[in-house]
Amino acid sequence: MELTLWTYEGPPHVGAMRIASSMKDIHYVLHAPQGDTYADLLFTMIERRGQRPPVTYTTFQARDLGGDTAELVKKNIKEAVERFKPKTLLVGESCTAELIQDQPGALAKGMGFDMPIVNLELPAYSKKENWGASETFYQLTRTLLKEKVSSSDKINPLRWRELGRRPKVNILGPSLLGFRCRDDVIEIQRILSEQGIDTNVVAPLGASPDDIERLIDAEINICLYQEIAEASCEWLKRNFGMEYTNTIPIGIKNTIEFINEVHEKLDLPLTNKEELENKSKLPWYSKSVDSNYLTGKRVFIFGDGTHAIAAAKIAKEELGFEVVGLGTYSREMARQVRATAKDLNVEALITNNYLEVEDAMKKAAPELVLGTQMERHSAKRLGIPCSVISTPMHVQDVPARYSPQMGWEGANVIFDDWVHPLMMGLEEHLIDMFKHDFEFVDGHQSHLGHTATNTNNILNSDEKKEKNSKEGIIWTESGRAELTKVPFFVRGKVKTNTEKYAILRGIPEISDETLYDAKAYFS
Amino acid sequence: MSKVEFNKETGPREVFCGLTSIVWLHRRMPDAFFLVVGSRTCAHLIQSAAGVMIFAEPRFGTAILEEKDLAGLADAHEELDRVINDLIARRPEIKTLFLVGSCPSEVIKLDLATVADKLNKRFLGQVRFVNYSGSGIETTFTQGEDGALKALIPLMDSSDEEKLLLVGTLANNVEDRFKKIFRNLGISNIESFPPRQSTELPKIGKNTKVLLTQPYLSDTVRDLKHRGCEIISAPFPLGIEGSTKWFLAAAKAFKISELKVHEIISPLINRSKLALESHKEILKGKRLFLLPESQLEISLARFLHNECEMDLIEVGTPYLNKDLMKEEINLLPDNTKIVEGQHVEKQLDRVRESNPDLVVCGMGLANPLEAEGISTKWSIEMVFSPIHGIDQAADLAGLFSKPLKRNQILTSKTLVTH
Repeated sequence: MELTLWTYEGPPHVGAMRIASSMKDIHYVLHAPQGDTYADLLFTMIERRGQRPPVTYTTFQARDLGGDTAELVKKNIKEAVERFKPKTLLVGESCTAELIQDQPGALAKGMGFDMPIVNLELPAYSKKENWGASETFYQLTRTLLKEKVSSSDKINPLRWRELGRRPKVNILGPSLLGFRCRDDVIEIQRILSEQGIDTNVVAPLGASPDDIERLIDAEINICLYQEIAEASCEWLKRNFGMEYTNTIPIGIKNTIEFINEVHEKLDLPLTNKEELENKSKLPWYSKSVDSNYLTGKRVFIFGDGTHAIAAAKIAKEELGFEVVGLGTYSREMARQVRATAKDLNVEALITNNYLEVEDAMKKAAPELVLGTQMERHSAKRLGIPCSVISTPMHVQDVPARYSPQMGWEGANVIFDDWVHPLMMGLEEHLIDMFKHDFEFVDGHQSHLGHTATNTNNILNSDEKKEKNSKEGIIWTESGRAELTKVPFFVRGKVKTNTEKYAILRGIPEISDETLYDAKAYFS
Repeated sequence: MSKVEFNKETGPREVFCGLTSIVWLHRRMPDAFFLVVGSRTCAHLIQSAAGVMIFAEPRFGTAILEEKDLAGLADAHEELDRVINDLIARRPEIKTLFLVGSCPSEVIKLDLATVADKLNKRFLGQVRFVNYSGSGIETTFTQGEDGALKALIPLMDSSDEEKLLLVGTLANNVEDRFKKIFRNLGISNIESFPPRQSTELPKIGKNTKVLLTQPYLSDTVRDLKHRGCEIISAPFPLGIEGSTKWFLAAAKAFKISELKVHEIISPLINRSKLALESHKEILKGKRLFLLPESQLEISLARFLHNECEMDLIEVGTPYLNKDLMKEEINLLPDNTKIVEGQHVEKQLDRVRESNPDLVVCGMGLANPLEAEGISTKWSIEMVFSPIHGIDQAADLAGLFSKPLKRNQILTSKTLVTH
């Protein structure tokens, strides 16, 4: 049993709903009680979808449990098939139905329908949303293509030449409630098209079961989000010999590497290598003198595996930040995140507990947080600027404007989204500096709300706690006065370092001089 | 009783379960914690229904059942013990801990009542444990509050003191207004249930006169009756008419003259009628379809028809207690079609066929209907907004007139641009 106050991921059947709702001509009969219909609002409110998710909830009640819930399942399946006429039917159960073991998938298969039926077994008490989405997409792909396995030769990625046409690829993984998927797809298709590569199928987003059956018309697969598509890509590789890409095209370096990887896999010569560096404004913006102040900015990163790893790379290599924390809630990607963290000399944080993330954030004393909407709240409490880089989705993460994370435009978006909060941080500092001037009008409300403008209160309350700490370090009047002169966004770090230094040197009282001693020591 | 048409429907539903009521209950009683014993779905439901991210550590959470908890109930009890110990150590300010049953905990027959008994002994004088079920196999949306209140009744001491007890969660400002008006009427001993502090439960007995503020409290009412309380029969205090009759019923129970009531509330009624006018102008003659969710539907239909002159196409309700609702039903126009239960697909067919001007529905359905060109109002807003009482009648009407007004603005061309 795990005490959960808030969760980054929903249950696995919500993952299945993401696949079903992303696609056309699919219906999902979910054996579930009435309350589980809450999941519809994720799509209709957060994604602002104008259609209901294609899901029928069997809505069993306590009084049905003594009777024949299996009959109820069959009745709902029959009605759903008659009403919605899906080309493929998904059948599964949510957490409660899993306990009563009606086997809805098996029941559906015994009802004599012509259409393919995918029996989804998504263990609700051990797995989570992304796993459920991945498994659903995999089972769907497998069901629709398994008959073609034996009859097909392995796909030669170079066959486009013999066929006398442009190479074709599938883009796999984008789904509803995925971070900026809608726009990433457009950006990646545009990039591929510029390179003379056609998109065969995008799935699950916007695909129909017919499109899934056409997946093998392409030469290779683009695995755009490992969380959702890796299992399917692996199955297509094993059974049809279809290669798939490993590079996630987020950031300039990864986008270029991605283009290279696609070209290598297709044996397509890359003709415009030099142009690629100039496709995005990020490299120049990052190089321009104005960006000097970005150097060594301490950044704390937490999100899904794909976006957290990509963010770490961009932060370090493309913006010149220092990554002081890296973590993910995607246990399936823990290994990769750990490897990236090791390269950066930080310890990876793998957790589903947002309070642990907040604690780690506090300890790391970053100047910028890149996280989920939850880290945005934590950062706000701590008075640290934050940019959102990952799911879980919030209505703000579905902007009206074109706003990808991937490719050239994605890099532009990332530069703006990460750097602007930092500039606001500077603005914050200026407000702090000028607030004693007589010209300063009270009510210059900062974007961080009251937290930031009350930094002195935070400092004082922190200090009260600190005085009672086991180290027993005392801040003298002069030490405290000096500390308040430090810009608030590095104050936490200065405080920690000074105390560290005091402990190291056995100094019982911190004065203004101790601050400068510590500063020299750590610089 | 007016000639109202009653129908029942079964099938797939589109409603919240009782766990959702934790969203307002935990705010009403800031010294209480609501621990759902359930699945990741339960946790995800509450955070999604709350619609906002958590700004601090919340006073509700879920003990998520894992595979090993399902293997043996003995282990599950032990695990729950561990989770609760951790929670109490972390949140020492908590005075009442609600153990809330869910669909999975009910199905595996986790005996939360026994767990609560044991914990009450262990934490005697420190934390009180109360258990109820908010499961979706037994409760819909607001019925969760019914369960929570019912569970508190055994903890209420007896007293024969005469008092007015307002039952059902109200917004604090509305509650204060009501109490002021009752005091002006000459009723001085007024208490609320649930109280603002979970430990300050009102005492009840044969001289307790219960006045319901919410229509979804069937089980609570039954248990209050068992404790000897007198239930004042009245419509619910939504709109001017409902609120007036509600005050009158209370006054009658306390032998206060009608004249006195009118004297006190007439100025309120007059200004409220004035405020209502602009909304009525928009709502008048518009056709309304209410889908079931909060059990407030019948009272809302009565208000929107009688005071805002809307036409009622269909009034859905997840559950109908005819006895509790009889005063409301009496006020409905003849031939009102009430449908208890739901077959969401068939009901949506009827929505489309009837071409309504406004549909009251849950959040899962609102945007899809809007996309079809049908204006909607989400029902969850009724339980989060202060809508009760004479003073709030215009605000209540405003919840319904706003979507229609917005539609008018967006579809009319009033700006001439050159």
